[in-house]
Amino acid sequence: MTLFRQSLWAACQREFKAYFASPLAYVFIIIFLILVTVLTWDLSRFFDTGAADLTPFFYWHPWLYTLFMPALAMRLWADESQSGTFEIVLSLPVSLPGIVVGKFLAAWSIAGISLLLTFPWWVVVNILGPADNPTILLTYCLSFLMAGSYISLGCAISALTKSAVLAFVIGVLLAFVMTVAGWPLMVGILSDTLGVGAGESVALFSFLTHFETAQRGVLEWRGVFFYLGYSGLCLGLAHLFVSQKRNVG
Amino acid sequence: MLELDALSKSFSGRTVVSALSFGLERGEVLGFLGQNGAGKSTTMRMIAGVLEPDSGEARILGQSILESRQLAQAQLGYLPEGAPLYEDMTALAFLNFLAQAHGLPRAQRGQAVDRVIADTRIADVITQPLATLSKGFRRRVALAGALVHDPKVLILDEPTDGLDPIQKRAVRALIAHMAPDKAIVISTHSLEEVHAMCSRVILIDKGQKVIDDTPAQLAAQYEGDLESAFFELSQSAEQRGAVG
Repeated sequence: MTLFRQSLWAACQREFKAYFASPLAYVFIIIFLILVTVLTWDLSRFFDTGAADLTPFFYWHPWLYTLFMPALAMRLWADESQSGTFEIVLSLPVSLPGIVVGKFLAAWSIAGISLLLTFPWWVVVNILGPADNPTILLTYCLSFLMAGSYISLGCAISALTKSAVLAFVIGVLLAFVMTVAGWPLMVGILSDTLGVGAGESVALFSFLTHFETAQRGVLEWRGVFFYLGYSGLCLGLAHLFVSQKRNVG
Repeated sequence: MLELDALSKSFSGRTVVSALSFGLERGEVLGFLGQNGAGKSTTMRMIAGVLEPDSGEARILGQSILESRQLAQAQLGYLPEGAPLYEDMTALAFLNFLAQAHGLPRAQRGQAVDRVIADTRIADVITQPLATLSKGFRRRVALAGALVHDPKVLILDEPTDGLDPIQKRAVRALIAHMAPDKAIVISTHSLEEVHAMCSRVILIDKGQKVIDDTPAQLAAQYEGDLESAFFELSQSAEQRGAVG
C-alpha cells in the first residue's frame, strides 16, 4: 500500500506540474470557462429563464467534457510512448497501478480547478434569487465525478497509442458515443428502431442519463456507482494496456 | 550481483535473444558488444524489467526480475538507449522525481541529487528545461537519473553516445570511480571505450553469446587489435548463421 501511495503521489505531482509547465492547463481552463459562459449565457438564454437555478449552466457540461476531457488525457501515456520515457517508468521500482491512478488524478484535478473557477455562476444565481444550493452542490459533485469518467476513458485510449492527436480523436469519438446514447432524441430513435427496451438499456450506459437525474436534485446512488465503476474499469484497462508494453516492447 | 539464466525473447516469431546466460560480479565492467540488431538493447531492457522475457530470467543481487521485480529494480540503475527525458521538466525536477519514485526519504533526496549533479557535472544546467539542453548534457542528466539511488548494478545503453571527447573522458572517469563497488554493463559501439572502461567483453550475435573474454585476451587472439577481433567474430557469426 505504501508503494502504491508513493508511486501515485510521485506520478500525480509530476503530471500536475507538467500541465502547468506548458500553456496546456492555462489554455484548457480559459477556453473551458469562455465556452461554458457563452453557451449558458447565449444559447441557453440564462437570464431569460427567470429562474434562479443553474440548469442551463449544467446542461452543457457533458457536451463540453466530450471535447475537453480527451484533450486533458490524450498525452498522459501517448507522450511516454512517443518520447521513450515509458522505458524509465517501467524500469522504476514503482507500483504501476499507483502510476496509472496518479496520472489520472493529475488530469482530474485540472478538471476540478476548471469547475471551481465557474463559481461566479453560483454567486450570480444566488444574487438573482433564492437558489437551491444543495441541488447545485450535488450537481457540481456529480459533474466532477462525470469528468473523472471522461478522463479515465481518455487515459485508457492514451495508453493504447503513441500519438496524442490520435488519442484525442478516438477519445472524442468514444466520449461522444457515451454521451449521445442518453440524449432523448437518440433514445427515441433507438426505441423506434430496436424497441423501447433497447433504447432505455443503451441510455443506462450513457454519462448523460445519470447526470440529468442529479440536475433534478435527486441523488441516485446508481449514478454515483456508475461513474465510479466506469472510471475504475477504464483505469483497469489503462493498467492492462500499460502492462502489455512489457511483452511487446 | 547480476545473473542471466537462459534469457530469451522473440518478437513476431523472430528470435531476438536466445538462451543468453552470464553472470557479473562486483567490480566488473562488462562491455556488451554486437552489431546493430544483435539483441543488446533487448537484453538490457529485460534485465531492467522493461521487457518480460519469453523464458529464462535475470536476477539482481539474488532478486528475480520476474518474481520480485520491484526489489530487483530498486538495486538497478538503467540508462535507456537514446537517453529519453521528460522534456517539460528541469534537470533538477527530473532528478527529484526519480529520487521520489525510487522511494528515497525526503531528507535524503537533496543529498542524493546533489551527489549525482556533482558526479555528472551538470550543475550549470540544473534549472534549465530539459528540452533546451544539448545532446551531451541530456545524456549526462539521464546518467545522473540512473545513479540517483546509488544502485549496485548499472545497465548503461550507449552512455557516451553524443558526448564530446572531454565529456566522454569525464564519464569514463566516473565509471572507473564507481566500478569497484558495482557491477556495470555497458553497451557501446566504440571499441576504444571497451579498452578504456571494461574489464570483460561479451559479444553477441542474433541474440546468442559469441564470445566472453577480457579485452586484452581478445585483442591478443586477433592481432592485438580489438577492432579486428570484433570484425572477425561478427563476420564468422554471420557466416555460421548463413550456413545454418
